[in-house]
Amino acid sequence: MLVVVCVKQVPDTTQVQIDPVTNTLIREGVPFIVNPYDTHAVEEGLRFKDRFGFNVVAISMGPPNAEATLRKALALGVDRAVLLSDRVFGGADTLATSKVLAAAIEKLGEEEEVGVVICGKQTIDGDTAQVGPGIATRLKLAQLTLVDRVDELEPAAKKIKVSRKLEGRHEHVEAPLPVLLTVVRELNRPRYPTVAMRLDSADAKVELWDNSVLGLDVNTIGLKGSPTWVSRIFSPERAKGEMLGDGARDPDGAAQLLIDKMMEKDLLAL
Amino acid sequence: MMPQTALFTTLLVASLAFFCWSVYRRFSLVCFGQPEERLDHPGRRLQEMLLYAFGQLRVVKKPFGLNHFVIFWSFLILAIANGEFLLNGVFPSASLAVLPQGLHHALLLLFDLVSLLTLIAIALSFGRRLIVKPPYLDSLYVKGRSPEAFVILSFIALLMLAYFGMHGAQIAQGKEAASAAMPVSSFVGSFLSPYPGLLGTVEVVSWWLHALVLLAFICFLPHSKHMHILTAIPNCYLGSLDWPATQPREKFEKGAEYGAGSVERFTWKDLFDSFSCTECGRCQAACPAASTGKALNPRQIVHAIKTNLLENSLALREGRKGTLPLIGNEGEGTNTEEAIWDCTTCGACMEACPVLIEQMPKIVKMRRHLVQDESRFPEELLNLFENMEQRSNPWGIAPSERSKWVSTLEVKPFVAGETEYLLYVGCAGSFDSRAKQVTVALASVLNAAGVSYGILGKEEKCCGDSLRRLGNEYVFEKMALENVELFREKGVTKVITLCPHCLTTLKNDYRQYGLELEVLHQSQLIAELLASGRIKLDGSEKSLGKITYHDPCYLGRHNGVFDAPRGVIQAATGSAPQEMERNGRNSFCCGAGGGRMWMEEFTGERVNHARVAEALEGSPDTICVACPYCMTMIEDGLKDKGAGQVRVKDVVEVVAEGLLHRKA
Repeated sequence: MLVVVCVKQVPDTTQVQIDPVTNTLIREGVPFIVNPYDTHAVEEGLRFKDRFGFNVVAISMGPPNAEATLRKALALGVDRAVLLSDRVFGGADTLATSKVLAAAIEKLGEEEEVGVVICGKQTIDGDTAQVGPGIATRLKLAQLTLVDRVDELEPAAKKIKVSRKLEGRHEHVEAPLPVLLTVVRELNRPRYPTVAMRLDSADAKVELWDNSVLGLDVNTIGLKGSPTWVSRIFSPERAKGEMLGDGARDPDGAAQLLIDKMMEKDLLAL
Repeated sequence: MMPQTALFTTLLVASLAFFCWSVYRRFSLVCFGQPEERLDHPGRRLQEMLLYAFGQLRVVKKPFGLNHFVIFWSFLILAIANGEFLLNGVFPSASLAVLPQGLHHALLLLFDLVSLLTLIAIALSFGRRLIVKPPYLDSLYVKGRSPEAFVILSFIALLMLAYFGMHGAQIAQGKEAASAAMPVSSFVGSFLSPYPGLLGTVEVVSWWLHALVLLAFICFLPHSKHMHILTAIPNCYLGSLDWPATQPREKFEKGAEYGAGSVERFTWKDLFDSFSCTECGRCQAACPAASTGKALNPRQIVHAIKTNLLENSLALREGRKGTLPLIGNEGEGTNTEEAIWDCTTCGACMEACPVLIEQMPKIVKMRRHLVQDESRFPEELLNLFENMEQRSNPWGIAPSERSKWVSTLEVKPFVAGETEYLLYVGCAGSFDSRAKQVTVALASVLNAAGVSYGILGKEEKCCGDSLRRLGNEYVFEKMALENVELFREKGVTKVITLCPHCLTTLKNDYRQYGLELEVLHQSQLIAELLASGRIKLDGSEKSLGKITYHDPCYLGRHNGVFDAPRGVIQAATGSAPQEMERNGRNSFCCGAGGGRMWMEEFTGERVNHARVAEALEGSPDTICVACPYCMTMIEDGLKDKGAGQVRVKDVVEVVAEGLLHRKA
């Protein structure tokens, strides 16, 4: 049985700033990282491999340099890595992206039965959380989102039981295989690669699939197949604070001022 | 041949054969270790050996060490007497009497007095072990070995008593021509002379007692901790010439193993160390982990290596891996992971060891194995490792915020030829809010002195110190190579660091990558600036009250900077800082070194609490540090102890305040 893990290379968003003139992300000099949620997806795939001996394939859609992300997955122990990269895939929204990923998973399924597809809950650059469910919809898989624990996986009986982390509660659900999971950070603690695995992954092969392999209609993928457009991106403006009172000379007065202001804003009640 | 001679000769040959075989078996195990260069610079090594082995420099640092000094030198002197005794047993005509009479009599006098001194020293040793019982003599496994010490002490005592019995009886019988040169033996003889019928028997019994104890000693020696009689002197010769504030590089290639996951992965010198340990417990007494109730005990680490090597010797000789794991669950001959992660790499153990054993590097080698071969380490470190690799700082803060501390200050970027020094701010000085204040103070002092310096700003990367001490050598090497390239590209030759960890990494570790930098800790530079009159302090800074100085391990012990920070404080305040009981070379760690800064401390007393308690004994108003990690640990410790009124200041902040004060 095959486990497919979808990973994405994202800019380290803590380091991304927005160009105030063009309203686009300044990506120059910003390092790329593996989408943090995806590291938990990879880990869970590897745990299935450890327990059941499943083969794990990591796939990613992105530019050629996204290979680095797949190499990290290889260093952690995935069996195979496939990079979906083609100019015609570029500019895709979540719909077009999920079409390409779904097609790749289908293709992998021709070689070996796919039992579980695992995605991170969302990516930290787009923050839509739509791609995982999109893939499940396209492949007609059961989808279990926000998984924070896998209670049981029974490959023979073809079923899985998981816990979903919802706001203020947990939901225990069961689904038949094949299934798609989107996972949250609480699910597991990702492993750290040994040096031997890092060195081995350096010359492991990352397969490159372009659209000639998938054979998708170019009008349904990439920019052309994307009904969503980003018209503007901006950082919310924050009003600058002002200095009130003189704490150094009149601490009591300054404290009184603070209390008044807080009561005025309903932050404090007597 | 007399029957006595024949019997003795047979016993001697058998004992010597057993001794040689035992020593060969043990030393041949050392050869299973990895290669390491320890025979270079014979001149310097000889000097170390004379100083530490024959001069017993470290031994006498503790008052009771004088006792060992006496036993050691007596042993050397009596080796001549014992040599004569053994030779005489085989060839009855052989005697030191062939020497010129004056010299012979002088030697006899020396033997006589030294034997008495030894007897007194042995009595004191018995007293210490039975009555005083210093706590550091005990540890989990070594405790069981105490009988060994009593056996040896009894052997030596018996030897001395037999010596006096033998010579006393001879003198009483009028057989000893040189009795005048043997006052103690003559004194014993005067007690024996009323019993002329017994004298012959006393002489023979004493002679055989002396012979048998000496031979038993020879046989027992290689199988006990008293093996150190053979190994301690060469171990001082083979000691590391550079204070090992750093670790050796590793070769990263496919199929390789890293660090020490099994005993033969240590170097031959590491294994030799384990045979040189006398189990004196001084490392244990100095260790911040051991003395606060952690799992780590440096003495047990060394002991475990020896036990493991002996237990696995059969397998190793057959070319197999040993069955007793080096790292695993608690048990003699095995080190626990908890113990390995407890180390702050402060180096107090190595400073304390009388025979120059290097405990700390062995711990780092085991960490290397755990991190790099097994990917096993305390949970908290995962974030640190990822942050270091991804954002080149321990906190994972965006590198673009590295130069935020500059704000309104006038700080130039480093340009070779235009700026003399690179001010390497380091991660704490760039991101930690308290340490940033220290950075600002440093910049203002440098500006006031008109020092030509610049910074790398956002281009600066972490030096990688914590990674190296934690055994993540692979990522450390990547970061080191990047930094070395950056420094070369920028033409950096002279560096000022804020943090002693950056100091040691840039100065001692990067040398292994071919980069020789002139690196100064800020306190050293300020001391220079004061000496050359480029900054002037008038000793009138009194606002900080009574100051106690805490030596950061990586500034003091690891890099030998003790006087500069003290001198700087004195220049600013007009008086030398007060000292804690453990200071200078024997300073006690704050608890943050060796990557412990990023780890939880679950067991025993917190190291920083122990240190703060020691500092508070002198009721200081201000505790002065020279390291951002110490700053965090001491500040936290003071808060926990409810002593928040005591301030913590970096040396450079004292200077900055001194400058302000002087102007006003």
